[in-house]
Amino acid sequence: MALSDKDRIFTNLYGVQHWGLEAARKRGNWDGTKDIILKGRDWIIEEVKNSGLRGRGGAGFPTGMKWSFMPKQASERPHYLVVNSDESEPGTCKDRDILRHDPHTLIEGCLIAGVGMGAHAGYIYVRGEYYNEHLILQAAIDEAYAAGLIGKNACGTGFDFDLYVHRGAGAYICGEETALIESLEGKKGMPRLKPPFPAAVGLYGCPSTVNNVETIAVVPTILRRGAAWFAGFGRPRNSGTKIFCIQGHVNKPCNVEEEMSMPLKELIERHAGGVRGGWDNLLAVIPGGSSTPMLPKSICDDVLMDFDALRDHKTGLGTAGVIVMDKSTDLIKAIARLSKFYKHESCGQCTPCREGMGWVGRMMDRMVEGRAEVAEIDVLEQVTRQIEGHTICALADGGVWPVQGLIRHFRPMMEERIAAYKARSAGAAPVALAAE
Amino acid sequence: MAKVTIDGIEVEVPNGASVLQACEAAGVEIPRFCYHERLSVAGNCRMCLVEVEKAPKPVASCAFPVADGMKVFTDTEMVRRARRGVMEFLLINHPLDCPICDQGGECDLQDQAMAYGGDASRYKEEKRVVKDKYMGPLVKTIMTRCIQCTRCIRFATEVAGTAELGATSRGEHMEVGTYVEKALTSELSGNLIDICPVGALTSRPYAFVSRPWELQKADGIDVLDATGTNIRIDTRGGEVLRILPRINEDVNEEWLADRGRFSFDGLKRKRLDRPWVRQGGKLVPATWQQAFEAIAAAFTAPGAKLGALAGDLADVESTLALKELMASLGSNNLDCRTDGAAIDTSRRDFYSFNTSIAGIEEADALLIIGSNPRTEAPVLNARIRKRVVAGGFPVGVVGPQGMDLTYGHDWLGEGGATLRALASGAHRFCEVLRTAKKPMLILGRNALARADGATLLAVAWQIAAFNGMLKPDWHGFNLLHRFGGQHGALDLGFVSGLPMAKMLTGGVDALWVLGADGQDLSAVPASTFVVVQGHHGDAAAARADVILPGAAYTEKDAAWVNTEGRVQLGFQAVHPPGEAREDWKVLRAASAVLGKPLPYDTLEALRARLVSAYPVFAQGDALPRFACTDTTGPAGDISGLRDDALALPAGNYWQQDPISRASETMAECARTYAAPAALAAE
Repeated sequence: MALSDKDRIFTNLYGVQHWGLEAARKRGNWDGTKDIILKGRDWIIEEVKNSGLRGRGGAGFPTGMKWSFMPKQASERPHYLVVNSDESEPGTCKDRDILRHDPHTLIEGCLIAGVGMGAHAGYIYVRGEYYNEHLILQAAIDEAYAAGLIGKNACGTGFDFDLYVHRGAGAYICGEETALIESLEGKKGMPRLKPPFPAAVGLYGCPSTVNNVETIAVVPTILRRGAAWFAGFGRPRNSGTKIFCIQGHVNKPCNVEEEMSMPLKELIERHAGGVRGGWDNLLAVIPGGSSTPMLPKSICDDVLMDFDALRDHKTGLGTAGVIVMDKSTDLIKAIARLSKFYKHESCGQCTPCREGMGWVGRMMDRMVEGRAEVAEIDVLEQVTRQIEGHTICALADGGVWPVQGLIRHFRPMMEERIAAYKARSAGAAPVALAAE
Repeated sequence: MAKVTIDGIEVEVPNGASVLQACEAAGVEIPRFCYHERLSVAGNCRMCLVEVEKAPKPVASCAFPVADGMKVFTDTEMVRRARRGVMEFLLINHPLDCPICDQGGECDLQDQAMAYGGDASRYKEEKRVVKDKYMGPLVKTIMTRCIQCTRCIRFATEVAGTAELGATSRGEHMEVGTYVEKALTSELSGNLIDICPVGALTSRPYAFVSRPWELQKADGIDVLDATGTNIRIDTRGGEVLRILPRINEDVNEEWLADRGRFSFDGLKRKRLDRPWVRQGGKLVPATWQQAFEAIAAAFTAPGAKLGALAGDLADVESTLALKELMASLGSNNLDCRTDGAAIDTSRRDFYSFNTSIAGIEEADALLIIGSNPRTEAPVLNARIRKRVVAGGFPVGVVGPQGMDLTYGHDWLGEGGATLRALASGAHRFCEVLRTAKKPMLILGRNALARADGATLLAVAWQIAAFNGMLKPDWHGFNLLHRFGGQHGALDLGFVSGLPMAKMLTGGVDALWVLGADGQDLSAVPASTFVVVQGHHGDAAAARADVILPGAAYTEKDAAWVNTEGRVQLGFQAVHPPGEAREDWKVLRAASAVLGKPLPYDTLEALRARLVSAYPVFAQGDALPRFACTDTTGPAGDISGLRDDALALPAGNYWQQDPISRASETMAECARTYAAPAALAAE
């Protein structure tokens, strides 16, 4: 039941063909865009709603509903579309391929989304490290301008739409939508308090919607082929196709566009050449980018890759960055490395994240060695609970979930590590602790 | 209005209010660090988390708007856990050096840790240490204690208007500082110490001086500018150790200018602590009796022409006593305009800040003439800035070009020509003023201290009248005084007979100078007998024939009138040094020796006399506001106005009066700010 080639949205995901406008048109991009636009704002939102498209940036919020939050009546404040391509989640590299190989899907999507939310300007916030990708994107935008597809009277519809590319400066937190807006405004990228939500007060204080690259890029095809087509893939409420980034201990790491709700095992075996050393060599999988808790092999055997199935196992689809770890992996060290990442990327604005990430990171470092007490595993768990849900944005949640996943599924491994350390250092002087 | 239920208590709060405000309305205390009523909401400390019905997560009450029918719970397991968690996080990297911390005993973190913190630390890792930063001579930093609440950043940016503070780095390495290390340039920098909830920003002069519970507190009024800031004077063992602002929404909100806060160490230096009498050309120590007898000889000499000056720092009671003493001696040569400002006392609104300080927030256009409110009244300037930030408040300035007022302004010109144009409607800014509903102007007192000062006053009034500032329901004419004693003496009509210039140049045979310690009397001829009554050995004392040691504003119960005409009482915090006495008592005692005893033996009796003779003092601190029914202006011919540029007060902000000139702290500020080049060369 794998996705057939005719149903792929990103037909140049691997860059076999040229990214340019001419090739993109041959692939079907920019086909009938004018008609779609002329069907109007309400039709577009209704169609996106019916398609069941949920945000591809990690949170999985229904896209059509998000667009419908934008004010219906234009006031003196303009509306803005903001596209989040600050793709920094460890394990995720899907937007990058869209930007460099299929940029016209995104540009066309921006125009249609702009119509859908009454925005005459769009900003694409590209991760600073994506230098070459931003060059290609800019070149593609220039092509689109030159062809009259965007700009004044875009596609001959009478709708004006300008698109700007902005490069970030290298902070993970700028992928959080309000921090991205702050950064776009030229301020330090720190998340804003919500409410008010961006749809009411966003970029430059105006109604704005922030969408992931993939979310926007799939919209034109959905509207061309119909909501029912898109909704036909995957389980209800988890419909559509999705780019999965499969990496780690697999034989053929790849990005692949696949139907939602495909079993994880099938996904790995069909597209990534299977786990290194065979399925039985699998230890655990992080299913949705570094922020999502890992799953042990027992669950991986039959779990489906969609929002709800993964949520039932207390993890999430996230950005669908599938990180496969075989039995050679030191899981504790792997998670400690992720903790270090989140500690480094915490913006420092609010207390639990600023202080807690350092605490978690340092405890995890000790857990790697086993230089801890068994009871400290509970302290670590409690600290992650103290952080989770108490912060301004979701960075802290994503930062502690991997640790929680580790403790949930591999606590015995941690206890063994501690026991081994104790055995090794028996008789040695107790470690002096700073706080004593 | 929205109906909100807080822990079962139903309250009604305005729409748009935060949950925290609703909780306060219900009398439920919410712990907080970053939230401050007068600053923007940051929502970053996460201490104020509460549970809201149907919300999956605890919400930050400071930033969450209320909704009708909302149910809030502040004492559930979820809330308790959240608070305990946040408190634990705040403390893990806090040094817990309370025993050596100057904030100890008045620290929000300490207090709230008592209420919401755990009893032991679970944190076994290394603590963070942050390098201290230099922020100038007033604010001491111990940045390891910082909890990154960003109150200081928001204060500097929003209230003080000097965006010098900010956070650098991110995550647990986030540090508050001035980017490039430098001294803060705000005249309100001392308030950073007050708003810092922990001991990260403390008072440098107060470092390791005292504990809050050792201090005796007295309410006072700051007289070192004319704002009339309400202050609390903290003392121990007869010594002023620090001065803090009190809250008064109508005057200073909760801010205090640096000169008023930090120059109190000048109260311990260069003091007049005993009477002196000039004998054989030299001042020699004397007893009170000898001093009074010397005065009596000069003041009761037959045919002697007498005069009196009341200075910038003279309180109302002693000024009245001096006036009545002079009257009983048969003299009406009085002048309180020791700066030479040509003030017309015939009507109170000719010399008052009629709009009132709080009224600034209602105004919708401002013209500043010959004044730099930032240095003349920093707290009042903060109010102007608040109004500017709120939007729709054009500010025009006639005076020196390029002043940094902390807000943008339209420089119109520097002198008389511009004023004439404004008075006749020829100036482009008239259009702005005339389309405004409540325009106001602020005239700097110093601008009137010139030969054509009376004309300038008349022109300023004419500008107000012509541009719609004087209406039955709005009074937009404002004179900004510079010191706490100036308005009160004018209210007492301490302007009659010979003007000061005549008295200082031999017009009188005997001159009594009260509260004008900084007055330069060197030009007074030797034939004039000069009594200097005051507290500091400044310029005036050098020329005195008799020195009577008086009390500074912290050392007496006294009434003060601020620039808007608000009568406020200050209370004695400490005793005057040595033999110095409260000034009205000195005058009362002198009057007995002079054979004309004043008819009051107690301060109450003196105040009763004050109120009966000058009903304006009966109002207390209530202000009649916003009425100008008579637009007839002070006398003066507009054509007589010279074109000279308007002058601002000479000297630097930190050293403007005898007290601040005697202050080491202020001297260091002057070295740091006013002459940074000289400092660098050292």
